[in-house]
Amino acid sequence: MDARRDSEPTPMKDRTTVERKSERELVVTRTFNAPARIVFEAWTKPELLKRWWAPKSTGVSLLSCEADVRVGGKYRLEFGHGASKPMAFFGKYIEVTPHSRLVWTNEESDDGAVTTVIFEEKGGKTLLVMHELYSSKEALDAAIAGMEGGMPETFAQLDELLATLGASAGPS
Amino acid sequence: MVQYIRSGFDASFAALSDATRRGVLEQLGRADASITDLAEKFHMTLTGMKKHVGVLEQAGFVTTEKVGRVRTCKLGLRRLEEEAAWIERYRQVWDARFDELDTIVEELKRKEKVGGRKKRQ
Repeated sequence: MDARRDSEPTPMKDRTTVERKSERELVVTRTFNAPARIVFEAWTKPELLKRWWAPKSTGVSLLSCEADVRVGGKYRLEFGHGASKPMAFFGKYIEVTPHSRLVWTNEESDDGAVTTVIFEEKGGKTLLVMHELYSSKEALDAAIAGMEGGMPETFAQLDELLATLGASAGPS
Repeated sequence: MVQYIRSGFDASFAALSDATRRGVLEQLGRADASITDLAEKFHMTLTGMKKHVGVLEQAGFVTTEKVGRVRTCKLGLRRLEEEAAWIERYRQVWDARFDELDTIVEELKRKEKVGGRKKRQ
């Protein structure tokens, strides 16, 4: 499909793109047909945030959503997925610049990512660029490997081995 | 999907549980090699090496190609494919979120208009 990393000819068309920009960084982009202050508002008011963060099609439901959006403020979102026990996504905001920049940490693990969301307004539209920077290649690899709730440790072993195999086998 | 990935795990671990096979991967990480080369390097019969390469091939770690009478082995694309699949699923999650966000953004825009110029609405 079009998930290949080297085939992004026209990324911008109300379409979401995701790219692994480097060994430890993912970049998500999307353009919204509204000024930055409106898009920013939807990210920073918890009552709005909770209306879009867990769409039905992702199969999870949002059980709770707290977001104290100011520097040092905490967020915590809890998700349910069928009968399995709820998962929490939490951390704190380390930068809040109205209408242009939002940075938060993720504290679920020691090597959680730092997420920076940049709102760039142009001609009444807003280009949103979200960077997720992991502490290491291994941390991002583990996030990728662990998405199925799978086996991060065994994957880490696998990655360790594969890491010795030279750049030709690696993702970048 | 989960099942598919799980069975992939099993094949991976079976493939990697053997020291010779790990050695073969290391070797192929440096350069492509024929089965004959590999058999020699690991002091093995051709048949023995073919078996090992077969296991690695099934787990997606190795691909082989026969050119003339020589079968050349190289590292497989499995990891890259898995990553591409993950990125696509991740994209779909964000795409779905952003579709919802679009709805909210439209709603906020309407509200702003109504609030800003009441008489025209």
